This record gives sequence, C-alpha cells and structure tokens, in this order.
Amino acid sequence: MNMGSQLMLDMLYYMSLAREMENRIERKLYRQGKILGGVYVGRGQEAIAVGSCIQLEPEDCVCPSHRDMGAYLIRGFSPHTIFAQYLGRKTGPARGKDGNLHMGDMGKRTVAFVSMLADTVPVAVGIGMAYKMRGQKNVVLCYFGEGSTSRGDWHEGLNMASVQKVPVVYICNNNQYAYSTPLDKQMAVASVADRAQAYGMPGVSVDGNDVIAIYEATRSAIARARAGEGPSLIECRTFRMTGHSAHDDASYVPKEQFEEWEKKDPLRRLEARLLQDKAASEEELKQLGARISREVDEALALAEADPYPEPLETLQGVYADWTMEAPLAFAGQFFAQEDR
Amino acid sequence: MAAVTYLEAIRQGIWEEMERDPEVFILGEDIGVYGGAFRVTAGMLEHFGERRVIDTPISESAIVGAAIGAALMGMRPIAEMQFADFISCAFDQITNFAAKCRYRWGAGVPIVIRGPSGGGVHGGPFHSQNPEMYFVHTPGLKVVAPCTPYDAKGLIKSAIRDDDPVIYFEHKFLYRRIKEELPVEDFLVPIGKADIKRKGSDLSIISYGAMVHQALEAASTLAQEEISVKVVDLRTLVPMDKECILESVKKTSKVILLHEDTRTGGIGGELAAIISEEAFEYLDGPIMRITAPDTPVPFSPPLEEFFLPKASDIVRIARQLAAY
Repeated sequence: MNMGSQLMLDMLYYMSLAREMENRIERKLYRQGKILGGVYVGRGQEAIAVGSCIQLEPEDCVCPSHRDMGAYLIRGFSPHTIFAQYLGRKTGPARGKDGNLHMGDMGKRTVAFVSMLADTVPVAVGIGMAYKMRGQKNVVLCYFGEGSTSRGDWHEGLNMASVQKVPVVYICNNNQYAYSTPLDKQMAVASVADRAQAYGMPGVSVDGNDVIAIYEATRSAIARARAGEGPSLIECRTFRMTGHSAHDDASYVPKEQFEEWEKKDPLRRLEARLLQDKAASEEELKQLGARISREVDEALALAEADPYPEPLETLQGVYADWTMEAPLAFAGQFFAQEDR
Repeated sequence: MAAVTYLEAIRQGIWEEMERDPEVFILGEDIGVYGGAFRVTAGMLEHFGERRVIDTPISESAIVGAAIGAALMGMRPIAEMQFADFISCAFDQITNFAAKCRYRWGAGVPIVIRGPSGGGVHGGPFHSQNPEMYFVHTPGLKVVAPCTPYDAKGLIKSAIRDDDPVIYFEHKFLYRRIKEELPVEDFLVPIGKADIKRKGSDLSIISYGAMVHQALEAASTLAQEEISVKVVDLRTLVPMDKECILESVKKTSKVILLHEDTRTGGIGGELAAIISEEAFEYLDGPIMRITAPDTPVPFSPPLEEFFLPKASDIVRIARQLAAY
C-alpha cells in the first residue's frame, strides 16, 4: 500500500510512546513499588490499537482493553494523566478511584473498560445503536483479547451487533495467552476470525505486528460500518512479549516463542519500512526516540509531583445527586466527620 | 376520569416520557410486535417505530450492555427484563459496569432496568423472585418498588429522568388487581421518598411492593381490635428514606418489618440495624420481621400460599407486639 510517510511517522510515534511509557510503568515504577496493584502492558502489541485508532474521527468512539495504551494516547489522554492514573493520583482520569488503564472520558469518546473482559462488547452495540438512532455516520472500535471471546457477553454482543446491524468494528488482540492459558486450551477453532461466521458478519485475520496490515483491514471494516452495512470482526495475531501482569514472569511460555516473536517486533518493522521508503533517516528515528524519552521523563515528573486524593474522596461520586454527606448518612454515620 | 391499573400506569409513564424526550427508547425481549409478555409496552412499536422500540435476542446481558452504551452517549434507554428473575443473567453488566461508571470515571449511566417481580401468580421458582437485595447491596444503583398505580407512574417517570441507573421492580401480582384514578397533568413521585399509606399510633409496619396491601388489610382487621397501625410504604429501597422510617418508629415505638423477599439478607435486617442504632431509646418492644422463608419460591398452590407472608400472619404478630 502507498501509505503517506507522515501517517507512518505518526503511527511510529504513538507506538514508541506507548512502549516507552509501559517500559517505565512495568520495569521501573512497578518494581520500585511506586505503582501498586495490577499492571498489564501491551509490549509487542502496540501496532493493533495504533493502526486502527489513528484513522478515527473525533465523534467516533473507542472501547479499549487493557493492552491498548496507544488507543488512549491517540484519543488525547496525555502521558501525564496516564502516569497519574497508574500512580493513584488525584489528577488521573479516575481520580484515584481506579487504576491502570481503567479509565475513560466520553468527551474523548473513550469508554472505560472493566476487569470482566468482553463487557464492552455489548456496550459497543449500544453506542452503535445511539449513532444509528441519531442518524450519525460514526463507528465504534471495540477491543479485546482472544481469552475474552470465551465469555458469554462476547457472543451475546456479537450476535446482537449483527442483528441490529450496528456500526462496530470488533478488534481482537490475539496474543496467544490469556494469563497462563494458551490458545488451544481457550478455543477449539483455528482462529478467532472463524467465530464471525456464526454471527453473520465478516471476519478476517491479519498479522497483528504489521501496523499497515491492521490499518488496511480496519479501514475496510470502518468503511463498511459507516455505509450502514454492519459490524465486522478483525483478529490481529500477535504475541504477548511479557507476563500477564507485572508480577508474572511468564515461565510457562517457551523461551523459543519469545525469541521468535522478538524478531517480528512491530516497532522495528515499521522503522525498517520507513528507512526502506526513505521516509525517515536513522538520525531522524534516533531523534524521535530521544524526543519520546524526554516527553515521558517530563510527564512522569509531573505525575509524581501530583497529590494523592483526599481520603474523603472515597465517598464522592457514587450518584449524580448525592452529596458527600448522603452516603455517610446511609452508611449509618458510624464516624463523625471530625473523627476521620 | 377512568381508573387505571397498576400496569396501565406504568405503560402511561413510559409512553409519556417517550413523547416528551426523543432520547428515551425501550429495548427487550418481545416488547415490540408482541407488546411485552405482560403487555406493558403494547402499542408502542406502532406509535414510536422500530428505532425506539427494539425487540432483542434472548440476551439479558447484551440488553443491559447495549442500554449502558446508549446511555453513555446521552440517551435514556429503558431495558425490560421479561421477568425480574432473568435479571441474574445481566448481573455483571449491572453491578460491575452500570453501577460503577460514575464513581470510576464520572460517566453517568441513565438507564432504567424494569421488570415484573414477586409471587402470588403460581410462577414457580423462576418467575416469582424478588431479586432487589442483590442491587440494594451494590452502590451506584437506585432501586424502586412501587405498590400503587399513582406511585408506579410517578416513579417510572422519575426513574427515566434520573441521571443514574435505576432498577425498577413492578410487582406482577398487582398488575391488574389494583386500580386508581390518576391526575391528568404530568406528575412525578420522587425517588428516595417513602409514603405513609395509613396513619396509626400503636405500631408501624414498614414494607414495600405487594406486601403493603397485605399490611393494609391487616391494619383494617386490627383497627377493629383497637390496635392502630401505621403503614409505611418505602417505595424506594435505595436511596432509603431514613427520616421517614425513624420518625415513624419514634412515634409508634413498635415496628414490624415486612417483605416478600426471603428473610436472610432481606431489607428487614438492614432496617432493624438502622432502627436499633438510631432509635433504640424509643423502642418499646422487639423489632419484628415478617418475611418469606429462606427457600426458593415454590410452585404448588399450598406451598406458595405457605411461602408468601399474608395478612393473617401480620395480624398475629401485630397482636403479640401490641401486647408486649
């Protein structure tokens, strides 16, 4: 495909930024004990969110999953607020109420997923229904891993999406492991894309480490959705170049698999393509790396200096019309406010 | 003005809100062409069209999930559970997604999930349940359970206009059994406000749903014995009208907590805790509970009759408590 070099450079920027941020998060901040709780990164899978999200219009919607850092960056979540989120700071999009990529902002048309993966699959149907009811030509990109395709919500959602003919593109990060469970223990079909047939929608399988292939496949599916022809499923075959989460050393993954997939690294592939097309020089790529490193340093410094939320923040925001006093009263007011 | 049934009151409430606000729409199983298993949505497909009256596959989780998605976009979906029993199939979407969006990321989910609950119609274990407490226990949800046509209409309208997820339990035993004349003009019943359905001074019965009618029947019987019973209808379980509850208990000093839901973990236990924490000094007798036993809802008539609390049970307990 004859892809503009600026677009490829933009994609490289987001993929590299996602990787650098996640390297800091997983390999530094988590190990330093600065980030507590679960840390799930998308190392090796950066092409998927970036190659698909980058072509959205502002009014389109995204339902990312936990390895889709690039989706958040493209939708306008700043590295500063993302770090603040991981660090449990007040300035994170969840204001300390939730951690890691569990964040969203409907102003940025980005839905916060929950840990019960595949829950956003039917939620995306409803967003698509809203577009249809309002006569808008927008689309929803909904992401999940191959493990999510074993859940009932996934199947209910795909079925309803197809019956309702909603403008949703379902994108699977098939990284071959759901925590420690390999593909052949997750499903008896050869490919996630095969599942699409059961729901009467097109299903394609693409190289999940080739950002250009992902861009292309998503572009066709988005065009179909905007034309009112209904949902599609795209399986992006990739590999999780890390454990399930930061505490997991992935000792159950054969070493050879890591070595094999290391050679297919999506960032290095895109860089090679840019060099080959003479769209960028070695020097320019080096400068990009330095720029990202600086950007990440600055964002992290800002986030680390940000305050934690006040403990009483715990009681706020459960309902639109409840003041802080209301949940206290409902709980029986065991503690007078001055005791806290 | 003709009296309308409880069912018709709900239908009118939904209808009027759909006329008022183009963002309101309904989705569920058999709600369109068929008009709903109980006919609550009869005529809506013809009037509002298939874009706003959506027949879905048998997928409760996807029904609620889709409602959440549309609500995040600013729409006001009403999802029907054909029977409240089936809400368990959507439990995850309701408790993990809908209930926590505002708290986690400030996103309002103005959905209404409504459906027929309760026994007394020989529905058996899967068409008779009272699943309210699963949701009362989940912060972020509001839970309402009206017992009159007026409250049913006023509360469904308030639920639709509310900015948070509301679970609306309509008691199927009441659907066509009670009628009431309703005001012609638009009216709302606020979520979170209990209602005194009968004044009284010797003891209070606090209840909701179909059991309020059993309480009223018992109160009439007891009045002949010079026992004056106040009947408090909670109408909303979350947020709880604590003020009304405590005020009633402080005035009568004796209280019966009555519900059709099973005993352990029912709202009665929560109410008893609130009363003993905040009105202990006013009590002149034990806080009594009258509830269904801790069993599934049985099918056969003598079993279901035994299972459901009834006016005669209330009369018996009230006599004991009045004499205490």
